[in-house]
Amino acid sequence: MQWETVIGLEVHVQLATRSKIFSGASTAFGAEPNTQACAVDLGMPGVLPVLNESAVAMAVQFGLAIHADIPEVSVFDRKNYFYPDLPKGYQTSQMYHPIVGAGEVEITLEDGDTKRIRVHHAHLEEDAGKSLHESFSDGMGHAMTGIDLNRAGTPLLEIVSEPDMRSAKEAAAYLKAIHSIVTYLGISDGNMAEGSMRCDVNVSVRPRGQERLGTRAEIKNVNSFRFVERAIAFEVERQIELLEDGAEVVQETRLFDPERDETRSMRTKEEANDYRYFPCPDLLPVVLDDAYVDHLRDNLPELPADKRARFEHELGLSTYDASVLSASRDMAEYFEQVKAVCGDAKQAANWVQGELSGALNREGLSIANSPVSAKQLGELISRVIDDTINGKAAKQVFQALWNGEGDSADAVIETKGLKQVTDSGAIEAMIDQVIAESPGQVAQYRDAEPDKRGKMIGYFVGQVMKASRGTANPQQVNALLKEKLDALC
Amino acid sequence: MHDKTLSELAGAMANGEFSSRELTDHLLARIERLDGDLNSLITVTSDQARTAADAADAARSRGETGPLTGLPLAIKDLFCTEGVRTTAGSRMLGDFVAPYDATVVAKLKASGTVSLGKANMDEFAMGSSNENSHFGAVKNPWDQNAVPGGSSGGSAAAVAAGLVPAAMGTDTGGSIRQPAAFCGITGLKPTYGRVSRYGIIAYASSLDQAGPMARTAEDCALLLNAIAGHDPRDSTSVSRGVPNYTEELAAPLAGLKIGLPREYFGDGLDPAVEAATRDAIKVFESLGASVREVSLPHTHYAIPAYYVIAPAEASSNLSRYDGVRFGHRCEAPSDLIDLYKRSRAEGFGEEVKRRILIGTHTLSEGFFDAYYTKAQQVRRLIRQDFLDAFEEVDVLMGPTSPTPAFDLGANKDPVSMYLQDIYTIAVNLAGIPGISVPAGFVSGRPVGLQILGTHFAEARLLNVAHQFQQATDWHQRRPAIAEETR
Amino acid sequence: MAIEHADVLRAAHLARLGLSDGDAAHYLDDLGRILEMVDQLQGLDTEGVAPLAHPLDATQRLRADEVTESNQRERFQRCAPAVEQGLYLVPRVVE
Repeated sequence: MQWETVIGLEVHVQLATRSKIFSGASTAFGAEPNTQACAVDLGMPGVLPVLNESAVAMAVQFGLAIHADIPEVSVFDRKNYFYPDLPKGYQTSQMYHPIVGAGEVEITLEDGDTKRIRVHHAHLEEDAGKSLHESFSDGMGHAMTGIDLNRAGTPLLEIVSEPDMRSAKEAAAYLKAIHSIVTYLGISDGNMAEGSMRCDVNVSVRPRGQERLGTRAEIKNVNSFRFVERAIAFEVERQIELLEDGAEVVQETRLFDPERDETRSMRTKEEANDYRYFPCPDLLPVVLDDAYVDHLRDNLPELPADKRARFEHELGLSTYDASVLSASRDMAEYFEQVKAVCGDAKQAANWVQGELSGALNREGLSIANSPVSAKQLGELISRVIDDTINGKAAKQVFQALWNGEGDSADAVIETKGLKQVTDSGAIEAMIDQVIAESPGQVAQYRDAEPDKRGKMIGYFVGQVMKASRGTANPQQVNALLKEKLDALC
Repeated sequence: MHDKTLSELAGAMANGEFSSRELTDHLLARIERLDGDLNSLITVTSDQARTAADAADAARSRGETGPLTGLPLAIKDLFCTEGVRTTAGSRMLGDFVAPYDATVVAKLKASGTVSLGKANMDEFAMGSSNENSHFGAVKNPWDQNAVPGGSSGGSAAAVAAGLVPAAMGTDTGGSIRQPAAFCGITGLKPTYGRVSRYGIIAYASSLDQAGPMARTAEDCALLLNAIAGHDPRDSTSVSRGVPNYTEELAAPLAGLKIGLPREYFGDGLDPAVEAATRDAIKVFESLGASVREVSLPHTHYAIPAYYVIAPAEASSNLSRYDGVRFGHRCEAPSDLIDLYKRSRAEGFGEEVKRRILIGTHTLSEGFFDAYYTKAQQVRRLIRQDFLDAFEEVDVLMGPTSPTPAFDLGANKDPVSMYLQDIYTIAVNLAGIPGISVPAGFVSGRPVGLQILGTHFAEARLLNVAHQFQQATDWHQRRPAIAEETR
Repeated sequence: MAIEHADVLRAAHLARLGLSDGDAAHYLDDLGRILEMVDQLQGLDTEGVAPLAHPLDATQRLRADEVTESNQRERFQRCAPAVEQGLYLVPRVVE
């Protein structure tokens, strides 16, 4: 049987606010346990929540970026359940009236095709704390878990897609697109390793051609692009195997274990959760007027899809280059700065994707931490364009800048004497010397058939370039050599 | 000293008749002597009180006085008080020393008041008799066989007994007005949102509201001046300006239009209470007010709606008491579920559990719409009844409670206890303000007259109540325990 | 709507209230009568009436995104039943 995979994603994005969604405690990552949990975050008796304006603005910006409806009224609800990392015994979330309505995200697949994935809605909620399973004890032999509530109350935007994805690759592309949008907007640092973006995946399979969806499993804890693909791949295989064996897929929550590369059932109580959602009486309806939404819309930065299109159509880059360079805001900004300095988009694209990306990858650095600044690279490219240096010298200059051996391309060219030699007198002198020192090669050249001589000139070019320590203009060397050697024949 | 009102005490201290420290010591001595029987206070904060009184006297000597400087009071044990045990009347918080001050408490401190202690109350403010306190029932100063009302029973009893001239209470379904009526004092429930709820241990968030309890409307106005206003820590507190509530007290009542809700004079109303209420209304007529009957047609749905909404909110509000970060924790929990279930079973009393169970059940899948959504719809109808009535009249009047204070132990059945709040509960659902003023006695037990106004009409209510108190002396009657000269 | 013994036990479990069977029977009786009283609501026609969640028609005010709270762990943990190394302790959570 031919099977079709159906995937929907719930992506939790930590919003990059300074303070928490309902309190004035800091959201900074990595503090000592419970030092950033204030009375409100701890759910102390009597405390009340007050909504953070930045969290609202960021959610709306996301909504606008995915062309979603922004309802005038949204409401916070309480999701009631007991868990030690949930101090109040309920999570303040939005069940019935989310802040962002239906929208869509365009994804680009590896073959360059694009596809629209519908977003059902996105809602604001508070993050929970963390459980630390170290070896604590209550002194009576019971193992204990430690609870750190620093993360409790960090604003989350939960983005819920429609089940529109049909492969693990599409799911990964969707996640990357969300990552790209939130980092472009600057509403999240998108750091998956620190949990700033977390993902739950709903996966089901159905016989190709069947309209009804199969029974789905929800996979939790899928927290990297790579894991999304691996978790889905495993889960799809597991479900198909079950169905082909005549068994059934159980609707359940499963946990992805990246070490074993598998998903497994979370053997929590079989009881159906009953979250008893009801409107949070401590918070009032959030009303967003048109002027507010329009203001945010007018101030949206250029988004990845728009940038990609502009790179392709206005700068004349290939689809592939445009999509690589627009994938991250840092990369795009770097590229645009290089291009602004050197004035040549294609050269800028080649250098950023070639020499620079190669070096960054080797050293495991992000473009934001590049030792070579966009200005330095732009100036370097300018010197190639205006023939101050040749391509070979340019690579030396780049390496020198990377190693910090000079503040600018010009300074490196100067100190290393890499300025291209275009003075024909000087080049001729070097040619004469090479010819004088290579009588054997000259004789061979002379004896060769005229149509073979073209290949043999390479030797002399190499010698002249070597003599100039790479600075001679290669086109001039070629032309003058040919002239002089032919004169000897 | 102990039978004076706040404004009288303020005048006496201004005249140098006695200091705040002397007044405080006098009242602490009375508490020491009399409260063992009454049980109106859970925690007496003698040391802090003397320090605060001395500071008030020092401020006075520097000429830095406000209207409340050096005036003592008690605070319902539902308000968080930094460094002082705050129990909510519950074993759950029996050892809980609050790490911060409620906004109301901070404002009262800033205005120079001296808190003598934390008043007894029904556990988590759930009750109408103060019999649901983990720290024991409170007795009514007028008759020690009677309840003081609830849930702010300790606050009302302490004022009535002359232990403090005023106290802070909270009112979710009548918890200020009904004990004020039962104890013969004046109690104001402001408009929802008028006073910050920050730091008040939540019972039902969309209904809870703090307010003053004192001997006179004038004193309530003084206190409301100090505590009203927007609090950036409470999203539901309103930002509208706060009038000076004492300024309008003296306005004459000629032309006042009083509505008597037909439904507040029906079956179940004690005829003697009705007679006292009607006599009080005659006083207003003599002051130039006109009276007409009005209807609040959904009155009888108020208690059913309340017993969906309040327990639902409470069931969620009380989930934070899980034995992890504060509050009671059971001995040696075997696992997480055991920790939760035993800590909560041991920490909460019977009425609290009953309401948690009701609220949990009505919010559950399959019941939510039939109960919760329905109750919220009815809530709108109830509010509309009031808004319609206030199109026709300025204030509504009726009895605060259908009976005078009942005997301790008389209402064993929860439903019959709930029905006691028939005249007060709709007010919280609608969010409007209400005040109860002493209006007579039945068999030696006080009767309260309830006066209701539209949203933010506190100044009008206080004016109406004050004028009544200028024409009557019910508010000057004192139980024997307060007549003692020491 | 009648309430049954199992409903009481279910609510008690959801609310994490330890309740013996005997307790549940006792509460069943009370809850049954309370719900009977509440059921009067069902007799009222509320078709088309919007639910009212707050008594005032107010909307949410927003707080500026500023860090206003500092570390007060020690103060907050003074009332905690069990802490170690700044962490709140609970019986081992098994996932």
